[in-house]
Amino acid sequence: MPLTHLEPTPEQIEQEKVYRTMGLTEEEYQKVIDLLGRKPNYTETGLFAVMWSEHCSYKTSKPVLKYFPTTGEHVLQGPGEGAGIVDIGDRQAVVFKIESHNHPSAIEPYQGAATGVGGIIRDVFSMGARPVALLDSLRFGELESSRVRYIFEEVVSGIAGYGNCIGIPTVGGELQFDPCYNGNPLVNAMCIGIMSHDDIQVGQARGIGNTVMYVGASTGRDGINGATFASEELSEKSDEKRSAVQVGDPFMEKLLVEACLELTKHEALVGIQDMGAAGLVSSASEMAAKAGVGIHMNLDLIPQRETEMTPYEMMLSESQERMLIVIKKGSEEEIKQIFARWGLHAVAVGEVIEEEVLRLEHKGKIVANVPSDSLASAPVRHMPSKVPASYTANQNTPAWKPQVVDYAATIKKLLGQPTLASKEWVTRQYDYMVQTNTVVAPGSDAAVVRVRGTKKGLAMTTDCNAKYLALDPNVGGKIAVAEAARNIVCSGGRPLAITDCLNFGSPENPEVFWEIDESVKGMAKACEYLNTPVISGNVSLYNETDRGAIDPTPVVGMVGLVEDLDHVMTAPFKNEGDAVYVIGEAKPEFGGSALQIMTDGEASGKAPALDLDLEKSRQEKVLGAIKAGYVASAHDVSEGGLAAALAESVFGTAFGCDLRFATDPDVELFSETQSRYLITVPEAAKNDFEALIDDAVLVGSVTRSENLNLAFASSTITLNRNELENEWRGALSCIMSAKN
Amino acid sequence: MKTAVIVFPGSNCDQDMYYAIKDGLGEEVDYVWHAETSLDGYDAVMIPGGFSYGDYLRSGAIARFAGIMPAVVKAAQEGKPVLGVCNGFQILLESGLLPGAMLKNKNLKFICETVNLQVKNNQTQFSSQYDQNEIIRIPIAHGEGNYYCDDATLQELEDQNRIVFTYSGENPNGSRADIAGIINETGNVLGMMPHPERAADALLGSEDGLRLFQSILKHWRESTHAAYTS
Repeated sequence: MPLTHLEPTPEQIEQEKVYRTMGLTEEEYQKVIDLLGRKPNYTETGLFAVMWSEHCSYKTSKPVLKYFPTTGEHVLQGPGEGAGIVDIGDRQAVVFKIESHNHPSAIEPYQGAATGVGGIIRDVFSMGARPVALLDSLRFGELESSRVRYIFEEVVSGIAGYGNCIGIPTVGGELQFDPCYNGNPLVNAMCIGIMSHDDIQVGQARGIGNTVMYVGASTGRDGINGATFASEELSEKSDEKRSAVQVGDPFMEKLLVEACLELTKHEALVGIQDMGAAGLVSSASEMAAKAGVGIHMNLDLIPQRETEMTPYEMMLSESQERMLIVIKKGSEEEIKQIFARWGLHAVAVGEVIEEEVLRLEHKGKIVANVPSDSLASAPVRHMPSKVPASYTANQNTPAWKPQVVDYAATIKKLLGQPTLASKEWVTRQYDYMVQTNTVVAPGSDAAVVRVRGTKKGLAMTTDCNAKYLALDPNVGGKIAVAEAARNIVCSGGRPLAITDCLNFGSPENPEVFWEIDESVKGMAKACEYLNTPVISGNVSLYNETDRGAIDPTPVVGMVGLVEDLDHVMTAPFKNEGDAVYVIGEAKPEFGGSALQIMTDGEASGKAPALDLDLEKSRQEKVLGAIKAGYVASAHDVSEGGLAAALAESVFGTAFGCDLRFATDPDVELFSETQSRYLITVPEAAKNDFEALIDDAVLVGSVTRSENLNLAFASSTITLNRNELENEWRGALSCIMSAKN
Repeated sequence: MKTAVIVFPGSNCDQDMYYAIKDGLGEEVDYVWHAETSLDGYDAVMIPGGFSYGDYLRSGAIARFAGIMPAVVKAAQEGKPVLGVCNGFQILLESGLLPGAMLKNKNLKFICETVNLQVKNNQTQFSSQYDQNEIIRIPIAHGEGNYYCDDATLQELEDQNRIVFTYSGENPNGSRADIAGIINETGNVLGMMPHPERAADALLGSEDGLRLFQSILKHWRESTHAAYTS
C-alpha cells in the first residue's frame, strides 16, 4: 500500500503549518483555501507549493520581466511556451531557450548538469524543432579549492555525458571563475533547434474528450520537490536534498527526441509539453490552463519505476525524459506504434474535460481536484527594493589607475587567468562536431552552425560579465546584451533575439531585488535598441550560500542569422600584410576589468559606460563591412581589453603584428571601453573599408612573425606569441591536472 | 553504388554518414533500421558512430545482437565493404568481425578534436586514394577509443599489414601501437575510431575523409566492371 495513510490531514496541515515546510507562506496558504473554498489535502498542498515556487511561477520576478520587449517582426513565439521561435526565412524557424540547473549542480554536479542539458533539449523539441546545438554558460568559484575543482570537473563531464550521447553538438558557451560562486556554481544550458513553420507545436490540451498520454521514461522518486529546492538558498543542509536532484538517461532522451519528432508530423497530435520542473503537475495544469479546459488523470496508469508511490510523489517527481501529450481521441493505437518503434511506452492516462480543473484519481478515489488555472497563477509578490551601499560607494570611488611595470609579463599573467585562459580543457570533452554542421567551432566570438540544405547559418553565443553588473547592474545588463550582439556581428551574423537566464541572490533581500530590477531594465533597454526581443528565458533566484549572494549574473543567450555562409567571420588573423584597424577609442575605464580583478582581487569603481546609439551604429557598420567582403578577421574587444583581443587573434596562427599607437599604453591595452573592435582588412579592401567605417583607426599590419610589436610614444612593447599562447593554452589543464 | 547506413537506437552519426555519401560522394544511400534482417541489394554497409543502446553494459555490446547483424556478417563474408566508425568500430569488435577491444581513453575523458592520422596502408579498398604514409586530418570524438589487443594479435595485424591508420604525433587515447583503424584478413571490413564522415566537406574544415569514401567507390566501380567483363 502507498503510505498515503501516513500523510497529514488537511486539518493537521493547517494547524501544524505543514505547508511552510513545503515552501508556502501563510498568505499563500490562505489564498489556496480561498481558491478551493476548503482546506487543501496533502497532495493538493504539494501541488500548490511546487507550482507557486519561484522556479515555476516567477511570482517575484514577474513584475520585472514585464520590462522586456518580447515581440518583433520575426518573432513567431515569445515567452510562455517551452521555447521561443524566430523566423529565419524560407518557412524555417529557429527555436531556443536557456535554463539554469544551479542548485542541483551544487549538490550532485554530474547529474545536476546532465539533467539541465536534458531538460532544455526537451523544451526545444517539444516545440517541434530538431535540436541542432547546445551552449553552456558556466560559473564556478576559485579553482584553488578542491571542492570547486571537483564540481567544475563533474559539471563538464555531466554536460559532455549527456550532450555527446544524445548527439547534439555543444558548440560554445562561457566559463568564468570568481569567489562569489564558491558553493553556488551557475550551470546554464541553452539549446537551439531548427524547424519548419508547419511543425510548430504548443503545449495546450485542446478538445474536450481528447486523450492525455504519458510518454517516455517511467516515474520514480527522484527529483521530488526539485523546483521548491531551486527556490531557496543553499546551506549546509542542502546535501540532505540530494534526492531532489534528478538522474538523467541521455539514451532514453535520444529515443524520445526521435519519437516525438515523428509524432509532431502526425495530424492526431494536439499538444505536447515536457515534464520538466514540477513534472506531471506543471505539464498537466499548464496545458489545461492555456487551453481553458481541465484534465482528469488516473494516477494508477502512470508508469512507475518504484512501488507504492503516493499521488504526491508521482505528481511532484522530476524523473527525467518524460513528456505529456494530448492527442485526438481514437488515435491512441497509432501513437503507441510510433513510440513502440523506438522502444518507448505511450500510455493513455487521462482525458481533456470541460470543467477547468486538474482532477487526479488514485485507487478509485479523487485525491486532488483544483482549478487548473489556480496552479498557474501564483500571487505576484512585489518586493521592496533598496539601493545597495556598495553601489553608491563604487559610483563615488576615484577612477582606478593601473600600475603596469612589465607589460609582457602582465599580459602573459592576464591570459593565464582561468576566466581568460583557453577553454580547450573543457571544449575538448564536448562533441562539438556531431551532426556535421559546425562551421565555427568553440573558441571564436560566436559559434556558427549551418542550416543544412541552405546557404544560411546560425551564429550563437552566451554572454554576461557579472563584474560590471556587480558595480552597476543597469549598465552591466546593457553590456551583457550588447556584447552578445557584438559577438554575433563579429561572426558575420545579424542578431535576431535573445533568451535570458537571470541568476541572482535572494529577492527577499531588497538590495538584491534592486539589482534584479536594474539589471533587467538595462537589458531591456539594450534589447529595444538592438532590436533583439526576448523570446524565452528562465529565472534562478536564491543563488546564495551562508557567505552571501552571487554577483548579479543575468546570462544572455543570443542567436543571429548568417544570411550567407560566405559571410562567416572569425577572430584569427588570416594573411600577412593585412591592415590592422581598431574601431573605438579606449577611455580610462577599468572598473570590473580583468586587469583590475587580477591586480586587486575584486572589482571597484564604475563599470564601463555604454552608448547604445554608438553601439548600434558600429554593429551595423561592422556587419556591413563583413558582408561586403572587406574584412579578413574580426574580434570584439571585451574582457582583458585590446591586449587580450590581440593575443587571441594571433593564437593558432603563424602571425604576429607591427602596430603603432598614439595613445597611452595602459588605457589602449587594458581598458574595457565598450563598442570596440579589432579588425584586419586585406590591402585591396582598405579604401572601401575606411569609407564605410570612418572612425576605424589604422594601427599597423599583420606580420609573419612570432612577435607582436606594439609601439607607443614613450615605449615599445614586444610580446612573443608562443610564450603567451603556451600560458593561455596550458593554464586550465595545468590547474586541473596538477591539483587532482 | 548503393550504400546502407545502419541505424541503431542511439546511433547519432547516422545522418552525418548519410550526408557524406549523398552530398560528399554523390552516391545513393539509405538508412537501414536495426530491426531489418537483410542487406541484399546494397553494395556497401556503414555502421555509424553514436551510443547504440546507450552504450550500456559495454560500447557496442548490445548492438551486436541486433536483428540486422547477421546480415552485416553475411555482407562481410560476401566481400562487400563494411565500414564501422567509432561506435561502429566498437560494434565490429564486439561482433568478432575485427580483433581486439576498446578501453576508456587513457585520460578517462571524452576527447573531441581533429587529429593527424598517418595512412599506413594505402593498398586497401578504403585507402587507395591516399598516399602511403600521408598525414591526413580527421576528427575524433570518443570516450572509449583506446584500442587494445594482445601481443599475438598485434603481431598478426602488423605482419598482414592490416593497420590502415595510426595516430600521428600525440596518441590521444592511449591506443596500442597508435592504432586508429584496422581491416580484417580479407580486407573488406574496416573499423576506425576517427570520423571520416566529419571531414567530407571543406566548409567544416577538412575534406581528407572524403577520399576514404572515394576509395570505396573506386574499388566498387573497378570490381563491378571486372565482374561485367570477366
